[in-house]
Amino acid sequence: MDLFLQQTLDGLATGAIYASLALAVVMIYQAIDHFNFAQGEMAMFSTFIAWQLIAWGMPYWAAFLICLAFSFIGGMLIERVIFAPIHDAPVLSHIVIFIALTLIFNALAGFVWDFTIKEFPSPFPDKLPFESTLIGPHEFGVVGITLVMLGLIYVFFRFTPVGLAMRAAAANPVSAALVGISVKRMLGLGWGLAAVVGAVAGMMIAPKVYLEPNMMLGILLYGFAGAVVGGLTSPGGAVVGGFLMGVLENLAGTYIIGSELKLTFALVVIVAVLLFKPAGLFGRVVVMRV
Amino acid sequence: MASHDPRANPADSYLLFGIAMPKVRMITLVVGIALAITLPFMVSNFAVFQMTQVLVYAIAVLGLNLLTGYNGQFSLGHSAFYALGAYTTAIMIDRYEIEYYWTILPAGIVCFIGGFLFGLPALRLEGLYLALATFALAVATPQLLRYEHFEEFTGGVQGIDVFKPDSPISGLNADQYLYFFVLVVGALLILGAWNLVRGRTGRAMIAIRDNPIAASTMGINTSLYKSITFGVSGFYTGIAGALGAIVAEFVAPDSFTFFLSVWFLVGMVVGGLASIPAAIAGGIFILYMPNVSEEVISLFFGNDPSAKALIWVAFGLFLIFTVYVVPNGLAGLIRQGIAKLARRPGA
Repeated sequence: MDLFLQQTLDGLATGAIYASLALAVVMIYQAIDHFNFAQGEMAMFSTFIAWQLIAWGMPYWAAFLICLAFSFIGGMLIERVIFAPIHDAPVLSHIVIFIALTLIFNALAGFVWDFTIKEFPSPFPDKLPFESTLIGPHEFGVVGITLVMLGLIYVFFRFTPVGLAMRAAAANPVSAALVGISVKRMLGLGWGLAAVVGAVAGMMIAPKVYLEPNMMLGILLYGFAGAVVGGLTSPGGAVVGGFLMGVLENLAGTYIIGSELKLTFALVVIVAVLLFKPAGLFGRVVVMRV
Repeated sequence: MASHDPRANPADSYLLFGIAMPKVRMITLVVGIALAITLPFMVSNFAVFQMTQVLVYAIAVLGLNLLTGYNGQFSLGHSAFYALGAYTTAIMIDRYEIEYYWTILPAGIVCFIGGFLFGLPALRLEGLYLALATFALAVATPQLLRYEHFEEFTGGVQGIDVFKPDSPISGLNADQYLYFFVLVVGALLILGAWNLVRGRTGRAMIAIRDNPIAASTMGINTSLYKSITFGVSGFYTGIAGALGAIVAEFVAPDSFTFFLSVWFLVGMVVGGLASIPAAIAGGIFILYMPNVSEEVISLFFGNDPSAKALIWVAFGLFLIFTVYVVPNGLAGLIRQGIAKLARRPGA
């Protein structure tokens, strides 16, 4: 039973990472109807920037905040410079650009910081404030930070005028523009926020998997799986899906398939959900008119 | 008179530098074939090896192009079919001691079945979702190939060594022989693809790409054709994988990562969609572009190993450039050039 609880709680910690990435993916999907295949590499790049700042002697939380600011601006720039001009281009063009960005971020990180693995510090104390053998201090901190961030994002979208405008721009761009919302600015803002959420995920997972340019590929796959399970039209669902994937990954790894087929597990989940319940657990069923 | 034939393509009556278009195409084809046959006798063994690799990539890109260019379905998972073909061949040669030339077709058939089965769910996975599912397939493949319970067949992390066949023809060395072997297989596949896309099946594929709803109204079984196209695409890429295993003399899980799929995608996009010669151009590009950029980079950074990563940055920038400036790729560029230069007879 202890093993089961341990694996579940540990799964919640990685699930928090998947939930963040799933949320980032869904935010961009809501805004431009495309999957950001470069989300993982963007997060990895942000994490490298934080690592560099810390290596230059900056305290962790200062580096954390500067990295978030940088990610926000970077995300907005990517939207404005690369995606705004091809807004109406065919799907393939978008996929190709996302793949190109993946290549660029991956290789650029390798060029600047080389491909050897690096230790990334955990900001949390070595000991929990209470006695527990079930969850480590870093895992506890990750879940805490993620929940705080998700809470802030919820409050932002639910209770601020900008959040409302962003939701309007994603739900119905034409009507939103008619009531005076700058849809373009909202798109940029969405990209910036998604990059920030991804950067937090990257900085939280890096102490566990070590920092290197290829660290996010498998994690992004789980993020996608979380988004698909929860429903691509539902940000809240994507978060739940991410946590669910973290727990399922650990339990399946412990009791069924072993640790060597974790990526295959994500593949099976993605294909199965898309086949049998394409809207996911919480998504809206999209009806196409012919 | 040819000009009154309703089946005639009006563009065929145009002249390029005073030569009729069908003749221009024939001349290009003959020159191309002559080059393909004579070049391996004029260059070094290493260059022949590279040319063989170009053909292998071209076949894989052609497979992807049949799926995306002609049928409008996306795949980021073609590295998985390439791997399936390569491992089928390697296992047949290494474990069952079957002669290499008997392994090519089975590898293709295995991949046809694999592609068809993966394509079946693709009926429900429209566009973007298919890209996501195939992305997952590509990311999961290396881990699956390393899996310890398959190790008996796949050789696990070590992979499998495949030995290069000796040349049975005197006057050809092993590299040249392998080149011609791949060339013949490639030529057959190109001929097959050319017939496929010009026939009934090809028209159905293109109709589904351009307007799936209208296509099904016209009585085309869209689900069947989409699955079959996925299977055929897998067949081509699988054969490329099989040939690639023989050419590289080696298969291992880490050769078939997600980035291999990216290469095929790059080759297809740079060469141009829905064009068969474009696949060859794409093959040339993905083989030589890294070499050329490596030389350019070493001019600036010397032999710094991490500077090699810049090749990929260049690749990425080039992709973005292609999408923005030449969305139809090299083939589209050439088509445009011909359209500018060609004149109507008598004009």
